[in-house]
Amino acid sequence: MTQYYSKKVLEHFLHPKNMGKIKDADGIGDTQNLRCGDVMKIYIKVEKKKGQEVIKEAKFETLGCGHAVSISDMICDLIKGKTLVQALKVGFQDIAPALGPIPPAKVHCVHLAEAAVKSAIEDYKIRRK
Amino acid sequence: MARVYLDYAATTPLDHKVLKAMMPYLKQDFGNASSIHGFGQKALGAVDEARKTAADFLGCSSQEIVFTGSATEANNLAIFGAVKGSKTSKPHIITSQIEHSAVLEPCRELEKQGAELTYLPVDKDGLVEPAEVKKAIKPNTVLVSIIYANNEIGAVQPIAEIGKMLGHAASAGRRTSKPLFHTDAVQAVNYLECDVKKLGVDLLTLSAHKIYGPKGVGALFVKKGSLINPLILGGGHEFGLRSGTENVAGIVGLAQAIKEIQSPKHKMQNIKIKLLKDKLIKTIFKLIPDARLNGSASHRLVNNINLSFNGAEGEAMVIALDQKGIALSTGSACSSKRLEPSHVLLALGLSEEEAHSSLRITLGRYTTKEEIEKLLKTLPLIVERLRKISGYKQ
Repeated sequence: MTQYYSKKVLEHFLHPKNMGKIKDADGIGDTQNLRCGDVMKIYIKVEKKKGQEVIKEAKFETLGCGHAVSISDMICDLIKGKTLVQALKVGFQDIAPALGPIPPAKVHCVHLAEAAVKSAIEDYKIRRK
Repeated sequence: MARVYLDYAATTPLDHKVLKAMMPYLKQDFGNASSIHGFGQKALGAVDEARKTAADFLGCSSQEIVFTGSATEANNLAIFGAVKGSKTSKPHIITSQIEHSAVLEPCRELEKQGAELTYLPVDKDGLVEPAEVKKAIKPNTVLVSIIYANNEIGAVQPIAEIGKMLGHAASAGRRTSKPLFHTDAVQAVNYLECDVKKLGVDLLTLSAHKIYGPKGVGALFVKKGSLINPLILGGGHEFGLRSGTENVAGIVGLAQAIKEIQSPKHKMQNIKIKLLKDKLIKTIFKLIPDARLNGSASHRLVNNINLSFNGAEGEAMVIALDQKGIALSTGSACSSKRLEPSHVLLALGLSEEEAHSSLRITLGRYTTKEEIEKLLKTLPLIVERLRKISGYKQ
């Protein structure tokens, strides 16, 4: 039977590890500008490692469906430990294998999460200047 | 884990008496109602009897009942059929902004084909103002279609008042033939007066699976003298309005379901449902801050609750509740896979965010006090947790 919510998606939805704010975040990204019912916020903490800027910590706040919440949680897992350049490339190709099948109607949640990460990194770059 | 079903507006379980009535026509009495031999005549007799039951319930004659494959089909027949039957070159249709998609989509299709449409707004309670219907009538108005009780918010529309007003409009000499008046009564049948003469309607849609009958069967009341064209052509079944071999077992099931809702037992159950619903609403407001009831509190189906909890998204609540064994839905079951917020909630004036954070709880015949208590224990924690995830400040 095809489940609208896969086991993995449910797991991240019911027990998200990365929910919440980072109080002294280096960058905060949101998706307020994208017209969709869901609102995602991503907080990142960045540190320099061997001359490269690496995401040390990532957290999220999401007003959205179960998929939106679990994708937010997953993308935080995936960008942690990555350089900014690498983090910007994290997307559907990384999230789908990690979470299992995502229904077509929910693919936009992945793009929303990508946009939130991008916005957080841009925010970080502006603050750094 | 005992599962709790609180989604009776989506569909209802089959009543065991309904199943019992249907069984012979799924087994030994399988004849085609059009056949002249004994097998066929037995089936025809069952269909005739069912038609009489439906007619008695609606206060009309048997010849005015057309069985269809669903309420959606009945709505399509009413709308496309009335417009085709009117033979008007530029027909005008009046409907509301809170119709079910089985009415809205046919209307939109006719609009694409050149018809003129008026989608009446509703007030903040989700009610259509009869005077607005009157104001919208034009010389080329061929059809008025207003949902009797809304599937999402349970708002009960003043159908009898509109029916009366449309009759008045005709006697006032504004038009020689008044527009046909259709109502989608699918959600209303369980709870409200459905005498077509009292309502003043020419067309009325009902569905079996919303009243503890089987899926795959609906009916349309077509008042004698209404000019309706069929959409499905073939062997001329159902007085030429709906060809196709009769779904005998389904039709018998619909009739038995209608009999059951007319019993005193059913009326008692409706009182119990209302008490449970009132208690549920009251307690939710006590337990959960920032909750709002969508739709009229007084002009409302006794089994319907529609709430918004800002900061908690509808589908997320549904999935979290499902994990606890409680089944209910966001806005409308049909739109739960769509991304747009409910058109009904937007028509009430809710923001997109408020519409996205809505939950529909619909009670029914088998709902118990224990089930309501389980929901009251579970829901506050889920809303609180989702509000934490979204960073919502209470």
